[in-house]
Amino acid sequence: MTDLLEAPPPVEAAPPRAPRRFGRETWAAYGFLSPTVVLLGLFVIVPLVGALLLSFQRTNGFGDGEFVGLDNYARMVTDPVFWRSLANTVVFTVVVTAASMALGLAMAVLLNSVLPARGLFRSILIIPMAVSGVATALIGVLVFDQNTGILDKLLAAFGLPTLNWQSDGIPAFVTIVLVTIWWRTGFNMLIYLAGLQGIGPDLYEAARPDGAGAWARFRNVTLPLLGPSTFFLVVLNVIYSFQVFDIVFVLTGGGPQNATSVLVTYAYDTGFVTRDQGYAAAIGMVLMLFALVFALLQWRSSRTRDLVE
Amino acid sequence: MTAVPTRVLSPAVRRTRRVSLAVRLTLATVAALVILAPLYWMLVVAFSSRAELLGGQLRLWPRSFTLANVERVFGSFPVFTWLGNSVAISLVVAVLSVTLSLMGGYAFAHLRFPGSTALFFTAIATLVLPIQVIMVSLFRIVTGLGLYGTYWAVILPTAASAFGLFLARQSMLSVPRELIEAARIDGAGHWRVFRSIVLPLSKPLIAVLFFMSLLQTWNDFAWPLIALRENRLFTLPIGLLFLQGQFNSDYGATMAFALVNVVPIVAVFLAFQRYFVAGFVRSGIK
Repeated sequence: MTDLLEAPPPVEAAPPRAPRRFGRETWAAYGFLSPTVVLLGLFVIVPLVGALLLSFQRTNGFGDGEFVGLDNYARMVTDPVFWRSLANTVVFTVVVTAASMALGLAMAVLLNSVLPARGLFRSILIIPMAVSGVATALIGVLVFDQNTGILDKLLAAFGLPTLNWQSDGIPAFVTIVLVTIWWRTGFNMLIYLAGLQGIGPDLYEAARPDGAGAWARFRNVTLPLLGPSTFFLVVLNVIYSFQVFDIVFVLTGGGPQNATSVLVTYAYDTGFVTRDQGYAAAIGMVLMLFALVFALLQWRSSRTRDLVE
Repeated sequence: MTAVPTRVLSPAVRRTRRVSLAVRLTLATVAALVILAPLYWMLVVAFSSRAELLGGQLRLWPRSFTLANVERVFGSFPVFTWLGNSVAISLVVAVLSVTLSLMGGYAFAHLRFPGSTALFFTAIATLVLPIQVIMVSLFRIVTGLGLYGTYWAVILPTAASAFGLFLARQSMLSVPRELIEAARIDGAGHWRVFRSIVLPLSKPLIAVLFFMSLLQTWNDFAWPLIALRENRLFTLPIGLLFLQGQFNSDYGATMAFALVNVVPIVAVFLAFQRYFVAGFVRSGIK
């Protein structure tokens, strides 16, 4: 299934002819790119500069602000909700990334082995990828609601203690983690499956006569060879987890008492609910800093060195 | 996969294999149930009566199948308008973004021009930018351009896809350079080369780009939540949130509506799986 798009050819040496400055080729290229450049410029780059400027202003509603230097950033340092949101974001990111990747890997290994109805199992496991975040979160409400949810009823039916999934902080946090893992594992499995399919059976055959058991083969052959997939998934899961919005916004709204507030929901609430736009922009800048660090990490270690030429 | 013919195996090995198969089959079944159970529960709730849901007892299937929830939702909310909005916005964004990605991908893969590396990396860098970083200024720009209150407030800011651009460039690198050079020597312009050589070779790519964009736009939430403040413009995810706020704890009605959001796209997703899978996997290939 991966052969729909062929792998790009290996890095080519630069063609012998030197590019003519502003020759026909240059104009053609700018022509092809102009719609993209206009849209990305107008709706991403300009707002980004705007956000940076805004982060140095105090604002009143949607009116013009006044420049206050680094006040917004200074305020962040002493804002407990900001620190809570940052800590939540980090914990959420670490837990969701680790758990959904481990599960994804386990499922990929399982569904790469000889199994009846393997294709059906694979299809089922990737279904959540097509379900919207809002719908996923609402299904989460159905399952975890502490009054009418199915989970507490099931726990009670088995004589187990029930939990206050909404009103207690830790269970609420567990809720968003579990729902996100349900939503995200299929994607990780898919990438790992593609990685596994790139490992030739001859490598396993080579390990077999050495008396290597299944676990040893997994550790010494499979895992190292999946290194590139693992690295890619870590970066991608971290970036996605930092941007977790739909699930938190719909499922808990950041509550109870900010127990599940993350940076993106805090920035949204600050910007569009309390309308403190300068401060929201400053929180956004911190968010971007994290995103950029991981983007650079991905760029530096990505194997697409041909991008750099 | 490494099929050793079964007949040469000793009974002991065969028994081990049977046990292993049973264990793996059980694990796969459990995993499938964990994924399907919440979706099944959504269906149950959508077609169960309100009294049954609020009753304290545990029921794993509806005692009586009812369409009351569906009727209540369709009766009180402009469901078809929202569905139409979602279809229209998703299709327009998909077509625009496929077109832009193909054009940009061709330029980055096969044309040499000053600033190409800088432009490409700027575009790719926007991939990791959470919308919450720029939402306030973006909102001001969209309002300033007079787009607020129209579909364009969602369509234009999401039409240029850095992900699509990346995918298109990677895929188009496999179009042989000699083919393009040859056409150029025959006097074909770049637009002609793009239209009559590169595009016909890019059909699987086009399908992948189209479905990926469709899926993303159909389920998009954060920006439409800000950009579409009017009831008549809502897409399905925004309508779903709005409806949950209105109906509060009427889960039956909320889930009946959630089905309108979930069922069509899951059907498309499963029917055209291979294109989605190729797109997601390609995104991961280095």
